Amino acid sequence: MNTIITSKILITMMIPMITGVLVMVTGKKENLRDSISTIGAILTFISVLSFLPVIQAGDQLQYTLFELYPGVTVKLNLDPLGVIFALVASFLWILASLYCVGYMRGLDEHAQTRFYVCYAVSVGAAMGAAFGGNLFTLYLFYEIVSIFTYPLVMHHQDKEGYWGAKKYIVYLMFTSKAFLLPAMIIIYVLCGTLDFNSANIAQGIFPPDADRFVVGIAYLLCFFGFAKAGVMPLHNWLPDAMVAPTPVSALLHAVVVVKVGVFSICRVMLSIFGTDILNETGLGLMTAYFVSFTILTASVIALTKTNLKARLAYSTVSQLSYIILGVAMLTPNSITGGLIHIANHAFAKITLFFAAGCIFVASGKKDISEMGGLGKRMPWTMVAFGLASLGMIGVPPVGGFVTKWYLALGTIDLHNWILLTVLLASSLLNAGYFVPVVLKAFFGKPLPADEGLTSSLEGKPLIMFMVVPLVITGILSVLVGVYPTLFLDLINLMVKS
Amino acid sequence: MENYLILNTLNYPILSLLLIVPAVGALVAMFLRGETLLKFWGLAVTLVTALISLPLWTRFDQTTAKYQFVELRHWFPALDLDFVVGVDGISVLLVLLTTLVMPLCVLCSWTYIKTRWKEFIIVTLLMETAMLGVFVSLNTVLFWIFWEGMLVPMYLIIAIWGGARKDYASIKFFLYTFCGSIFLLVAIVSMYIKTGTFFIPDLMAHDFGFSYQVWIFLACALGFAIKMPMFPFHTWLPAAHVEAPVAGSVILASILLKMGGYGFLRFCLPMAPAATVYFVPLLLVMSLISIVVGGYLALGQSDIKKLIAYSSVGHMGFVTLGIFLLNDAGIKGAMLQMINHGVTTGALFILIGIIYERTHSREIADNSKLGMFMPIYVTFLGIFSLSSLAFPGTNSFVGEFLVLFGAFDKYPLVGAVSILGAILAAAYMLRLMQKMVWDDSDGHAHHGDDHGDGHGDEGGHTLFDCNVREFVQLAFLTVFVFWIGLHPTPLLDMMDSSIAHLLHQIEAGSVMPEAVHHGESHALLNNAGTWIKNLF
Repeated sequence: MNTIITSKILITMMIPMITGVLVMVTGKKENLRDSISTIGAILTFISVLSFLPVIQAGDQLQYTLFELYPGVTVKLNLDPLGVIFALVASFLWILASLYCVGYMRGLDEHAQTRFYVCYAVSVGAAMGAAFGGNLFTLYLFYEIVSIFTYPLVMHHQDKEGYWGAKKYIVYLMFTSKAFLLPAMIIIYVLCGTLDFNSANIAQGIFPPDADRFVVGIAYLLCFFGFAKAGVMPLHNWLPDAMVAPTPVSALLHAVVVVKVGVFSICRVMLSIFGTDILNETGLGLMTAYFVSFTILTASVIALTKTNLKARLAYSTVSQLSYIILGVAMLTPNSITGGLIHIANHAFAKITLFFAAGCIFVASGKKDISEMGGLGKRMPWTMVAFGLASLGMIGVPPVGGFVTKWYLALGTIDLHNWILLTVLLASSLLNAGYFVPVVLKAFFGKPLPADEGLTSSLEGKPLIMFMVVPLVITGILSVLVGVYPTLFLDLINLMVKS
Repeated sequence: MENYLILNTLNYPILSLLLIVPAVGALVAMFLRGETLLKFWGLAVTLVTALISLPLWTRFDQTTAKYQFVELRHWFPALDLDFVVGVDGISVLLVLLTTLVMPLCVLCSWTYIKTRWKEFIIVTLLMETAMLGVFVSLNTVLFWIFWEGMLVPMYLIIAIWGGARKDYASIKFFLYTFCGSIFLLVAIVSMYIKTGTFFIPDLMAHDFGFSYQVWIFLACALGFAIKMPMFPFHTWLPAAHVEAPVAGSVILASILLKMGGYGFLRFCLPMAPAATVYFVPLLLVMSLISIVVGGYLALGQSDIKKLIAYSSVGHMGFVTLGIFLLNDAGIKGAMLQMINHGVTTGALFILIGIIYERTHSREIADNSKLGMFMPIYVTFLGIFSLSSLAFPGTNSFVGEFLVLFGAFDKYPLVGAVSILGAILAAAYMLRLMQKMVWDDSDGHAHHGDDHGDGHGDEGGHTLFDCNVREFVQLAFLTVFVFWIGLHPTPLLDMMDSSIAHLLHQIEAGSVMPEAVHHGESHALLNNAGTWIKNLF
């Protein structure tokens, strides 16, 4: 593996930030503003794509921006794990920015410029987190994501919005200050550096003689510090943050925000602590059991929710823990399963949220019970929703199947029947809360008020802005299942080392 | 004596000029007439002083801990009293902070101060001389003269241009700080009787013996702790901040509070090293209490100025915490925190001044929902609030990180408790920001029909965004927020040698040398360590 020092990787982060500034400047001209947003997204994706061959060749890109103190730097380092996350997030940003046009204009939302600025900067910060070469850089961008998504959660500026946003920022800021900051300092005291060991996931950065008790404390602080990952009991902000406009829920709360949390936990587990220490101390397996609780409980709660977005929110809480579960099991197969779920969950969950938003804009419906017969009026949307649901459940050939396959292999490698049972049970629960939605839409009885309405709801031009992206993501969520090689190869690069 | 000094090699006496220019400026101001002329005169003098000070940055020799740019003039031979000024890596940054903040103090008063501009310019300029004098004096008498010299102008600033309870606040400020400095004078005279010198580096080199050091330490520390202010001597600060005019608050927050930290570093630590080590547990506990109590009290304030004042108590707690960790990271962090607090809290007070001019209220409830009217103002408010809560990438983060690193390295429990301060800081700043920018309560803000407290009427009824003058001040400070936040190395390099020297002095002079050696901190089961462990 070679490390190539290049300032080019700055570009990927800068494009969304510059997009944000340009959006702010052109705020009054709606069409120009929204085009800039989309073009920024496309350019970001292209720039990430341009680094892909280098990463696939087994090299890493690195650039140090600032040094705050010896060993504490703002450093970007692009490795396979980072590139997976960056690819997914930047690609989905393109579709989300198209979707936003339809959604925000369809509902005639206020403060759209602020919305687009915060949206772009949040994605840029997520890129920064993906590219973070050390814990400080990760922390820096993690916090920027928190601050810039705060106005997005609060977007409607009503009582619900303020409450959700307050809860959001309190959870995220409290955990990062109370846990992450001391964790970072303890790690710095023990190691004298915060740089990731991205070359080898086994070793981590701790000196061999580091006090295992202190290492354990640092691990727990890190684990609970990244509350964006939505692991119980620090998941409570997520359902309340769903008061945000649906594009925010879709991109940020299915892809960017929560994934930054999960990505950070995975990153810390693999590149700071390393699988050796986690194995030796038993912290890995402990984590696996801990998140199993979240996987099952959140699924059960999802069953009880009748509001579609709330159900999706709890499904997110549950699904995110799959990723951590996979990494925590610490076998090559399980890590593969966990990391590939970053992509699989992203494509499927964004489709589900897009569909929920599209249904709301087109028909004004939020509750599952009202959606009877909707499949006939919004066939594209509901088919995409169905495909993505299959992915969440783990039915082949949709992406989620690949995840569950590798996770199951991992549990078998460990001969751990408890975790295998958790996986199977949670799949049943997933089916339990997704299948009724699809069945209701296609075979359920419409509400008396909607009786006899058969006209398509998907025809309007603004609605098309939403339907097209969600159909694309729906198809993609199948494609990543049929053709998982791209991500698998990247993960192999990490796991093999 | 010359062992510690590098004489000024510039072809002009830079430090004397820094002291003389504002003083002469004040003198000339006596003969000027007209508000506008006086405003521009004040601005010009402070700007010229700032320009004069810049070579201190560019020509400073980072490789030595000696005092530089030194000027030595015999003054009072009978007492062996010299006029001697110089700067080292610790004081030079505070001098620069002072010269750079003072023009802002004039600028932020431009429309805020409405009466007695002549007197205002005179006291402000005298204040600048006194403050610079404190930082550059290498002679205890000179130090004390400037130290006391700050009291009167500051008293006047609060008492003349202050708010409704200005009499109470100004007297309280005067009495508190005066009490503290009396003890300082006792220590200075006592040390002279013991050693026969007023020269600070000589006093640092002198070995006073432990029991004498204890008294010196206590006498000096009381004065500095009041100035800082540390809990339980902090009560003058909120009163003074709330009543002071905007320039007074900025001077207080940005510079005056740093005198305490500077005093600890210049007097207590090097002159009484053994006593310092002895008192470390006490000072650490007091710092922790300041951090937590300051943050907790800030959380409950409805007056913006009071909130920032209490947050200053908390921030200064981090400074004393860093200083009394007696390790490299701690003291560097404390120094950076002093600069950062000067930049950030200064800016926050300027922001409060700006909004006060518009709404005539310092209540959070009266100043809510500003996001709709004042986007530029709100952006700056956001930047400085985040800086104040030590958001990564901003200046305060670096300082706080270093202090916390020093703490966790040495006394993990102390570090763990001080994290509480970091959490509280996030809580009260986010609360302030949310209420001022958006406000979730049901409309207390009556921006259209707000009748102020009669503090001038023109333009008070509408909310217009920052004008160019206000923008320039805030933008200038914003540069420092990100510069120090992302690239603090130049600052750290400047103080490096002096702090290493200081640590060496403490190590050599203390009876428990292992306590101060950075890197061997795990073997610190000395008295101080056990003492503090017993506390928790």
